[in-house]
Amino acid sequence: MTMRNYFPWAAGAVLVALPLVYHSPYPLHILIQILIWSFAYTSWSVMGRFGLVSLGHGGFMGIGAYVTALLWNHLGLSPWIGIPIALLAAGALALIVGWPCFRFRITGHYFALVTLALSGIVLQVITATRDYTGGSLGYTPERHKAGESALLALQFTDKETWYLIALAVWAGGLYIWRLVDRSMSRYALEAISEDEDAAAAAGVNVTGEKLRITVLSAVMTAFAGALYCQYQMFISPDTVSGISVSLQMVFAVVVGGIYVSLGPTAGAVITLLMAETLRVSFGTKAVGWDNLVYGVLLVLFIIFLPKGILGSLLEARWLRRRPPQAAPAE
Amino acid sequence: MQIFDIYLLEALINGILLGGVLALLALGLNLIFGVIDVVWICYAELIMIGMYAIYFLFTVYHVPFPLAALIAIAGVGVLGLALHYLVIAPLLNAAPINQLLATGGVLFFLQSAATVAFGIDFRNAGIRLPVLNVAEMYISYARLLAFGAALVAMVVVYLFLTRTYTGTAIRAIAQDRQIMPLMGVDSRRVYLVTSAVGGALAGLAATLLVLQYDVHPFVGLSFGPITFMICVLGGLGNMIGGFVAAFIFAEIISLGGLYSDLEWGYVLAFAFFIIMMFVRPQGLLARRS
Repeated sequence: MTMRNYFPWAAGAVLVALPLVYHSPYPLHILIQILIWSFAYTSWSVMGRFGLVSLGHGGFMGIGAYVTALLWNHLGLSPWIGIPIALLAAGALALIVGWPCFRFRITGHYFALVTLALSGIVLQVITATRDYTGGSLGYTPERHKAGESALLALQFTDKETWYLIALAVWAGGLYIWRLVDRSMSRYALEAISEDEDAAAAAGVNVTGEKLRITVLSAVMTAFAGALYCQYQMFISPDTVSGISVSLQMVFAVVVGGIYVSLGPTAGAVITLLMAETLRVSFGTKAVGWDNLVYGVLLVLFIIFLPKGILGSLLEARWLRRRPPQAAPAE
Repeated sequence: MQIFDIYLLEALINGILLGGVLALLALGLNLIFGVIDVVWICYAELIMIGMYAIYFLFTVYHVPFPLAALIAIAGVGVLGLALHYLVIAPLLNAAPINQLLATGGVLFFLQSAATVAFGIDFRNAGIRLPVLNVAEMYISYARLLAFGAALVAMVVVYLFLTRTYTGTAIRAIAQDRQIMPLMGVDSRRVYLVTSAVGGALAGLAATLLVLQYDVHPFVGLSFGPITFMICVLGGLGNMIGGFVAAFIFAEIISLGGLYSDLEWGYVLAFAFFIIMMFVRPQGLLARRS
């Protein structure tokens, strides 16, 4: 038992110490990307695991990235102020769309399609306001001073700093996931996802619970978008917004495992490493191949392994350790 | 003032013509949802494949356009059949959201398969149809043709559903999924026929769209979302509702595009959609259940 308690701390210490002994920029770059996207995927799964399948998270991520960058470039507002404003904006949007959705019992397919419209709107607005946002050509936050790190502008030139920031944010995301997992809301939301009427009859505030988790998830996703923008220093509607980003989130989470805390992270590791491997080994010839493999894998996973890789592994281990009679009745 | 009115009228007419095509797009999706209870997120990508098929048949192999169109319609119909057989059938009893996501995987697959096979160039079939000039208004002949063909297709589907034995079985399954197999209807066969018809409608849409638009691997993203919104706005599975919603959407896009950029027309249409979802969550012509 002690082994299990110490393991997360030991793993955490190794991850924190990594950049102190290992400086190679390319692997660090990959690790930072994995951490940022893991955080984004974790944010999605916070609500996705309760059957609230949103295809609008690309929209929230786009808001996080673009609001932060626009405030910095046009008003000179530091990301320290810009990011909270972006998070507020994403939270407000989640409220505006979520409240009527839940109030009027828009669930399942309908919810997925309404949120899909939301991603579409954000993408089109970014493209339509191309005088400010650069449209589909993308957008770059202005450098504070060329080639210099600046705490105020949240721009760092060394990968080590970014690695530690991304690591902290990722760990924070897992902590939030765990808080939700341990809260009463979890039981309420699980009851809601099984049967809304029964949950409401049992005294669960259906609209309130769903709204809280949606706003939480949207704000986290927007934060991931802002972080991505600050790290990458380049955003375009296709990389941080729109339907393909939303689907990419869903895909990674489903592959990794939607019901376990490290599932989204596993999904990010698998998908990003696969994309990188394909890109490095095939170069420009690989354009499209990564998504081709994703697509096939997504279909295969949903048909054969709906709990995801990590979810299925953990379950297999769990079943083996317990006597058969303790296995859950399906 | 006179000139302004002409533009307005032109936008209105173009909206109606666009509405015809959108209604056709929505029809196939609604048919599939109504019968099989599955949303093909990748529906627009099937159309994209159809557009490529016509493009290559017509420009590279010099097949006459009507024949190329027929081949594309049949081909995408087979694709729909395969989609059902390979992806949907194993998931028929899974959670609805899993079916949605699986077709999302197919979307990724088709998009990137097209990227790998054809590259990301914009390709145009190069068919230039004349532009009609009626009373100082310019109306594209391609749009008129698309509108007409869409209407004819809808009438044919309607007749198929109401006048044939298979069509009756399809409508019966849509009304009650449990009882019909007990009455001796082979639901698997009905599902396959529906998928093929849905695919063929996607092929027909491809035929009409290739006359007006360039084809590229991501062309599906430009009209896929709008198709879903039309279906949801009309009430998923409700074909008449989808028909009405298509015209409302087309007018919003067309008129919004008249006063500002085309993107704002889309933004307006999407915002309208979200608002309507709150006003009439079960669709425009909802039957209260």
